[in-house]
Amino acid sequence: MTVEAAEQSAPIADHGDGPTLFDRIPQPVSILGFGAAIVLLWYLVTASGIVSPLILPTPLQTLNQLITVGANLFTGGYVLSAMWITTQEVLWGFAIAVVVGILLGILVSETRFGERAVMPYLVALDTMPKIAFAPLFVAWFGFSIESKIALAVYVSLFPVIVGTAAGVRSADENSLMLFRTMGVSRLKTLIHLKIPAGLPQIFTGLKIASLSVMAGAITAEFLGGGKGVGELIRIAATQLDTARVFALIIYLSLLGVALFGFVTVLERYVVFWRNSDPGRE
Amino acid sequence: MALATSEQVDAPSASTVYRLENVGKVYQRNALVALKGVSIDLPEGSFSSVIGSSGCGKSTLLKIMAGLLPATSGTVELRGTPVTKPRPDIGMMFQQATLLPWRTTIDNILLPISMREGKAAAKAAREKAEALMDLVGIKGFEAAYASQLSGGMAQRAAICRMLITEPAVLLLDEPFSALDEIVRDFMNMELQRICMERNATAFLVTHSIAEAVLLSDTVYVMAPRPGRVIEEVKIELPRPRTLDMTTDPMFGDYVRHIRRLLDEGSRT
Ligand SMILES: Nc1ncnc2c1ncn2[C@@H]1O[C@H](COP(=O)(O)OP(=O)(O)OP(=O)(O)O)[C@@H](O)[C@H]1O
Ligand SMILES: [Mg+2]
Repeated sequence: MTVEAAEQSAPIADHGDGPTLFDRIPQPVSILGFGAAIVLLWYLVTASGIVSPLILPTPLQTLNQLITVGANLFTGGYVLSAMWITTQEVLWGFAIAVVVGILLGILVSETRFGERAVMPYLVALDTMPKIAFAPLFVAWFGFSIESKIALAVYVSLFPVIVGTAAGVRSADENSLMLFRTMGVSRLKTLIHLKIPAGLPQIFTGLKIASLSVMAGAITAEFLGGGKGVGELIRIAATQLDTARVFALIIYLSLLGVALFGFVTVLERYVVFWRNSDPGRE
Repeated sequence: MALATSEQVDAPSASTVYRLENVGKVYQRNALVALKGVSIDLPEGSFSSVIGSSGCGKSTLLKIMAGLLPATSGTVELRGTPVTKPRPDIGMMFQQATLLPWRTTIDNILLPISMREGKAAAKAAREKAEALMDLVGIKGFEAAYASQLSGGMAQRAAICRMLITEPAVLLLDEPFSALDEIVRDFMNMELQRICMERNATAFLVTHSIAEAVLLSDTVYVMAPRPGRVIEEVKIELPRPRTLDMTTDPMFGDYVRHIRRLLDEGSRT
């Protein structure tokens, strides 16, 4: 009885520096509530005329544009074709960055040549202002999606290289020793030990890349024209239609979230042994 | 004692599986003489241990025996052929089980086969792997992943992985020292049973004098700087050995004798 009593009194005794207000409210409620507060602030700032609607549209205007743009998008209008073009750029850019990044990551981590001769150039390329290459890519690859893919690849490549290189090197001494006692070749050790052992880090690189790849594609669209969503945003911006810019950005971010979500789900499936519940039998 | 001498006469007649002659090792990097003039004969079906203070070259010796490291001098022969690189007829086990977490237990056990001979051969060896799992007492865990096994079970799986290629000699580098004492004693008895059942030739590196005496026919006592064998102690306790024997006065004599050798070795 006394033990029970002590247990029951514990949370009360803890009350002084115990759970805060946000510990007690369910998280979805906190998120929605905070979002509503921001929208309210947004509404107050714009409706009161403190900020001109040319700079910041009202929430209602944005909602209107979301509906207009959304209607066009989901009924197969020109927004859909623009979205499709941008999607292609993003997916191609990501796919190429993944393949090239993983290969380069293996090269720089597995060979002395890669580590000592190639890696310095990759670092130099990464430190350059990548966006400045957009006009060059347009000159090299033209005004259609190729130049956008090129910039998307460039912007997202490095995290994949770094993630792969770190991952491939992360195999522990004991496993490497085990593979040596079994007389396994270097290539087979890479395939059956180093790459699987490095998958968690490789996926970290992929997730970072999936977040930056769209920035590359959209920047290239701003600077190199074409028919993607970036072009629609640029036109809306020149018309000072900020509400429309907001609406387009929101739909674009759905694409970004979808890509990131896909990589995250894929990781959970591929790196199943890292999950708390290893039950895939 | 009469019994003991007759055994000593018998010993050389058993065919030698593994022979090290005057093996020396110098690590060029730091000009360190890790081993000097080590000669060891492992008769077929025998269990030998090497014991010595930390850094006296035990792991170096084992790596040379496994073909992972070239000796600077001397000869290393397994079944009459020199050991120059890792071979399928050498089985190894380390302090860590090192199961690959993305493979099931049985696929971990089949790893040496699938790496050396391919997937088809591994598939064909499945029944053999299951029999081994039965032998070490982890039947039923074929589809479990490493994270679902306890430390002792993981080491049992490592035993199966070592035995799957039917090696002529087992090289064991402190295989159970990461386990708690109760599990460790039990695993040592299991190891003895497995070695006796299969007439395996085993060579164990250990830090525990009691473990060495309990399991071995011969204990090689090493001293450091340079790493060398200072005495070969024949243990003449009957087989199978049991944990009860640790209270046997003869057992105590062996332990004391080896401890004295180790003390003297580390002082010089
Ligand atoms: N690759 C290496 N290069 C240079 N020196 C080494 C190398 N490996 C081991 N040594 C040295 O050789 C000596 C013997 O090392 P070894 O690992 O064989 O000892 P050990 O008896 O297994 O020790 P422990 O009981 O701590 O495992 C040590 O002094 C060690 O520092
Ligand atoms: Mg060692």
